[in-house]
Amino acid sequence: IGLAGIAGRTSAAPEGLEPNSYEDITSYNNYYEFGTGKDDPARYADRLTIEPWTVQIDGLVDKPGAYGFDDIMQQMTIEERIYRFRCVEAWSMVVPWNGFELADLLNMAGVQSGAKYVSFETALRPDEMPGVAYNVLDWPYVEGLRLDEAMHPLTIMATGIYGKDIPKQNGAPLRLVVPWKYGYKSIKSVVRITLTDTQPPTSWNKANAGEYGFYSNVNPEVDHPRWSQASERVIGGGLFSKRIPTLMFNGYEAEVADLYAGMDVSKDI
Amino acid sequence: MIDRLNTVARRVPTWVVYIVGLLPIPWLLFQAQTGGLGAEPIKALVKELGLLALQLLIAGLAITPARRYLRLNLIKFRRALGLLAFIYVSLHLLVWLVLDVGILSQIWADILKRPYITIGMAGFACLVPLAATSNNFSIRKLGATWRKLHRLTYLAAILAGVHFIWLVKGFQIEPLLYMAAILALLVLRLPKRR
Repeated sequence: IGLAGIAGRTSAAPEGLEPNSYEDITSYNNYYEFGTGKDDPARYADRLTIEPWTVQIDGLVDKPGAYGFDDIMQQMTIEERIYRFRCVEAWSMVVPWNGFELADLLNMAGVQSGAKYVSFETALRPDEMPGVAYNVLDWPYVEGLRLDEAMHPLTIMATGIYGKDIPKQNGAPLRLVVPWKYGYKSIKSVVRITLTDTQPPTSWNKANAGEYGFYSNVNPEVDHPRWSQASERVIGGGLFSKRIPTLMFNGYEAEVADLYAGMDVSKDI
Repeated sequence: MIDRLNTVARRVPTWVVYIVGLLPIPWLLFQAQTGGLGAEPIKALVKELGLLALQLLIAGLAITPARRYLRLNLIKFRRALGLLAFIYVSLHLLVWLVLDVGILSQIWADILKRPYITIGMAGFACLVPLAATSNNFSIRKLGATWRKLHRLTYLAAILAGVHFIWLVKGFQIEPLLYMAAILALLVLRLPKRR
């Protein structure tokens, strides 16, 4: 596994965002394949074998095939991106990711003109993932983006945090990060990327379509049916931390609102 | 075996149950301050307090079936279990109100708009008159009415179980096990058919 070093430009450098501690980011996780408790991933994810790792890239691409993780890393430019991370459960963090733009990876495989969507799949290893013994979700975990969302410069595949290889509980060896969407869109430990012409199924939408839409853009004005999305608690503030207002598109409105021009973002969630 | 347990139970004063039952409070507060509850201690505290309340409610519901089917007599601890459950539900609610939501307008909106919170509040409301009448004076004063009133425990337990099932994401087993325990303990106290 190559080092996820910090290099090159730091684009979308946020205005005074204070990253959470490495401890917070790596101890408070949702990765249901390892259990539904927030501390389960940190406790059990070390069982995951990440060497060797290949990503199957297929569907509507010029060069389909199994891409080795090290081969991918050799061709990608790793940079640091400090992003807000907003969970659908109304908590948030600021994470200094290291990674590369998803667009670079997709261009490497050669996106064909008929492609409209990108679907992703997480590894499914019943021997290494105690959580998949329970049908909390329909495994394997799958996610999807519209092609223009996937090609957006803010969308990255993260391979590190704080300049270190990304820990297994955070989705090693590589995971998607789409900072303007609720966290569950940012699928972990990706083993397959498929370019399609139809909207792919997504795990939480399959589990409960009334609560989780395909787009899942952060929107303080559209409540989750069971809780408000108007505010969020920043992790790491202790027992007396106050909620802060949630921002439209998680604060990335200027960069991504154009993607949804003509859509009713209060309905097409 | 049962006889020996009954003998032990006769000797243990009820204040022991209160003391032991209250110990988790300082322990949880200590953990919350020292990182033992993780990076987000508020949510963890709400959950732990809620779980303790639910476990105490279930323990209280188990007293009658234990006496009927196992001849294990723990009835003298039932009031303590019920009052402890009420204390933990109150703390669960208080931490949610003050530390978790903290915004007065949103609290009210949540209680009305979010079914799992509405149900949790209804369960709490059921427990208020029970806690208020968990004393010898009320039992004497209310007589047969007291017994009827305290059947509200069954409703409160069911509401608590539904509240838990409803708030988790995905298909999770833990709240279903709690609900199964509650329903089993209620079924066990149905009158025997002859």
